Amino acid sequence: MREELRQKALKALNKYALGEEEIDIASFEAGGKEHPYLESIQELPEEEKKDMLVAGVDATEKERAGTFILEDNSVIHASVFQEGLEVMGTAEALDKYDWLHELCWNLVEVDRDKYTAKAALEGDRGYFIRALPGAKAVYPLQACMFIGREGLLQSAHNIIIAEEGSDLNIITGCTTARHVGSGMHIGITEIYVKKNAKLTFTMIHNWGEEVVVRPRTVSVVEEGGTYLSNYISMTPVRTVQMYPTTYLKGKNSVARYHSIIVGYPNSDIDVGSQVVLQGEGSRAEIIARSLTKGGRIVNRGRLVGEKEGAKGHLECRGLMLAPEGVIYAVPELEARVDGVELSHEAAVGKIAQEEIEYLMARGLTEDEATAMIVRGFLNVKIMGLPEELDAEVQKAIAMSDESDF
Amino acid sequence: MLRVEDLYVAVGGKTILRGVNLHIKPGETHVLFGPNGSGKSTLLGAIMGFDRYQVTSGKIFFKGKDITSLPVNERAKLGIGISFQRPPVLRGVSLGDLLQATDEKENSINELAKPLNLVSFLERDVNYGFSGGEVKRSEMLQLLVQNPDLVLLDEPESGVDLENIAIIGDAVNRLLQKDGYHKPVCSRREAKESRRKAGLIITHTGYILDYVAADIGHVLYDGKLSCTGMNPRELLGCISKLGYADCTRCLA
Repeated sequence: MREELRQKALKALNKYALGEEEIDIASFEAGGKEHPYLESIQELPEEEKKDMLVAGVDATEKERAGTFILEDNSVIHASVFQEGLEVMGTAEALDKYDWLHELCWNLVEVDRDKYTAKAALEGDRGYFIRALPGAKAVYPLQACMFIGREGLLQSAHNIIIAEEGSDLNIITGCTTARHVGSGMHIGITEIYVKKNAKLTFTMIHNWGEEVVVRPRTVSVVEEGGTYLSNYISMTPVRTVQMYPTTYLKGKNSVARYHSIIVGYPNSDIDVGSQVVLQGEGSRAEIIARSLTKGGRIVNRGRLVGEKEGAKGHLECRGLMLAPEGVIYAVPELEARVDGVELSHEAAVGKIAQEEIEYLMARGLTEDEATAMIVRGFLNVKIMGLPEELDAEVQKAIAMSDESDF
Repeated sequence: MLRVEDLYVAVGGKTILRGVNLHIKPGETHVLFGPNGSGKSTLLGAIMGFDRYQVTSGKIFFKGKDITSLPVNERAKLGIGISFQRPPVLRGVSLGDLLQATDEKENSINELAKPLNLVSFLERDVNYGFSGGEVKRSEMLQLLVQNPDLVLLDEPESGVDLENIAIIGDAVNRLLQKDGYHKPVCSRREAKESRRKAGLIITHTGYILDYVAADIGHVLYDGKLSCTGMNPRELLGCISKLGYADCTRCLA
């Protein structure tokens, strides 16, 4: 690690992220035990396979182009089954490719806050995933961030590159072992979508109830490139705070953010997406659904139009399913030149009585009607996930239905 | 089949229906006319049991059972069905999923959807981006799947073009066991005598009557039924000639 980055990081070690509750990073154990590398993920204990499956990471690797697993702070597996794709630990990639150093800590600032600073000092433990020019991934690559030790601080630094004309689909499943309640995850992700490339990035959070999560993600999209980001969080978590940002640098570049968040009592989730439209004809769409069963959810969205002809739309819908809990929608539009078209719609409230009665008039009970409307609200079909992942997510929704309604 | 006795209904504290009496026998189709705001939708909503229509006095009996305080879904289970004038949009719920959930008789939903030109709509969110005609056709399809004994139709033809009215009329006939849908090979008289399904249709324009034969017409005026029990076509002719104001005479 370059010395100047280290110095910057050291100075920022106490820099709080704006507006968030104070988290004492030192109360979590950094590092932890080293885990041995596994040649095949079949060697994972059955229980861990099951835990990972819930976050979309399939140990059978059926219809997957490759797998990466970070257990605690050890890279325990990296494999790839298709020509033209690369999956390895970030540290290994930095050894292999000199040019990568220029792209490392290039989008995310080391001294943005104490979490980025801490991650920088902890080292480059995440994944490096790259699609070579023109490579089209047939199946998604899967990456798992797994915390198996109580009270651990997991720190990851990921770099994703979709080279010119490539097509890449990544599913990141973030989860804790079933016996783990508390822990902390800091994830730095820097994403490069090159000319005419397409990246679909789906992140599924399935953390433990006392886990603190601080992802920091920035992406850049070049001319004709498309970046699709899906985020799903449907299980209890202590707190998540993130505000991923995309710069649509290139002409006709596209970004789309979809998120589905369920808040539980004791959860504090502050999640937003920000797209800066800098390219001629660039387009962005942010669609957020949040549902609270008692937790606090802040749903931010921000579109910044910097180039004439840029277009963006933001849609934020929140559903209150409990008398307590908070949904705070913060849609922001900022035009910096004329000739940009930005719009938003936001709606927060409980389920409309009219919708429930409509279904009751067809014979459903009030509970059945409510469940159907909630399932519709949390429908992930719009994300265009692979079929079996879609099925997994539907199952998770059904499970959260049963446990709490 | 349905008996409404001296029904008073308030919406948001304001009395809308003031002593409505109505008796619909099995096999009968009734038509409800009346100016805007006279309480037609209120009557249908109260029969179905929607929360905003508060029955302040009087009773509603269905198949001999007092349903005045039953929840909506129990009335639906007993055999009452309604088509909404302006149904809500259900985002994320496909029409096909909704039909599956309400289908108790294992109908072939595809077969029912075909004549209504709705097969390609089964994948779409309920009422999301539907045109006027599509909304009404979707209401008809939902009712056909539900197959109620008493059908309440709130302006089935409003916002619908002529071609769609014919399709909807056909669906209404099917719901009401008319025009050979009930017993394809039998005499008209046999068909009529064996018909059990009943209907109550609100119409402003009367266009639906060009497609559906109705037995009895009523005018709801200022919260009360007048001209009750007349031939629907004759009543419609009278209304278009003299206007609703003349109905007050019958109330005297």
